[in-house]
Amino acid sequence: MPDLGKYGATILTAYSATIILVVAMVVLSVVRARKVKRQLAELEARRNG
Amino acid sequence: MSIWEFANPVRFMRLTGKVLPWITALAIGCLAVGLIWGFFFTPEAENFGSTVKIIYIHVPAATLAINAWGLMFVASLIWLIRRHHVSALVARAAAPVGMTLTLVALITGATWGQPMWGTYWEWDPRLTSFLVLLIFYLGYMALWEAIDEPDKAADLTSVLAMVGTVFAVISRYAVNFWNQGLHQGASLSLDKEEHVSDVYYVPLLLTLAGFFFLFLALVLLRTGTEIRARRIKALQLQEVN
Repeated sequence: MPDLGKYGATILTAYSATIILVVAMVVLSVVRARKVKRQLAELEARRNG
Repeated sequence: MSIWEFANPVRFMRLTGKVLPWITALAIGCLAVGLIWGFFFTPEAENFGSTVKIIYIHVPAATLAINAWGLMFVASLIWLIRRHHVSALVARAAAPVGMTLTLVALITGATWGQPMWGTYWEWDPRLTSFLVLLIFYLGYMALWEAIDEPDKAADLTSVLAMVGTVFAVISRYAVNFWNQGLHQGASLSLDKEEHVSDVYYVPLLLTLAGFFFLFLALVLLRTGTEIRARRIKALQLQEVN
């Protein structure tokens, strides 16, 4: 860990907020993508079957 | 081969299926190298101290936040002129990603502003125009959710995207337009004399590339999801009828 001096809290707050928001965006996008893909596969299987 | 071929949802999905893993790998690689380099191996700045490390997240997030709206503008224009559904869905898919990046830019800017300017917030032209951009993102997303008929929703959100472009441009050039307020000029410039010192420049370019590829990957993934969701609606409607 580099020595961030008196600005340590400021820098870590900025990085933490960024990581939380970006990871949340990625997770929500991936979860919804999988859910919708599964729903469509089920619907098409039902129609074809 | 014409770019309009990708207006076909099947071709679009086939292409994104192939390129998405590569774009994701590029995003992870550029972000990992750029952030580790910038955070651990760059010195303190003379005027900003160690807070200069925030530049590696603030500048890429702010740059992409504005350009995300630029993509929405182009995609919306294509929808209004050529009525390609994929382009309307690209605009819809880009909005939450752009909103998140705008929020990241505002939060990182505020946390940096406190020790540097002595305040988290100031009604400075660039800060204010960014806040307005965030509100436009939220309004755009709400409008998509509020209208059931997809083509009508695409029409109205496209008009909103045209109007919001004014604020996206103002967000980018506010410092140059008004030449006042707390926010300093651009950190990156084609003029080498104007951009940040070389020691910060390369890791900054890497994180910028990383954020760009991450944005692209998310927009492609989310556009694919929107195309599938629309297909589900169409099939459900057929079942009902």
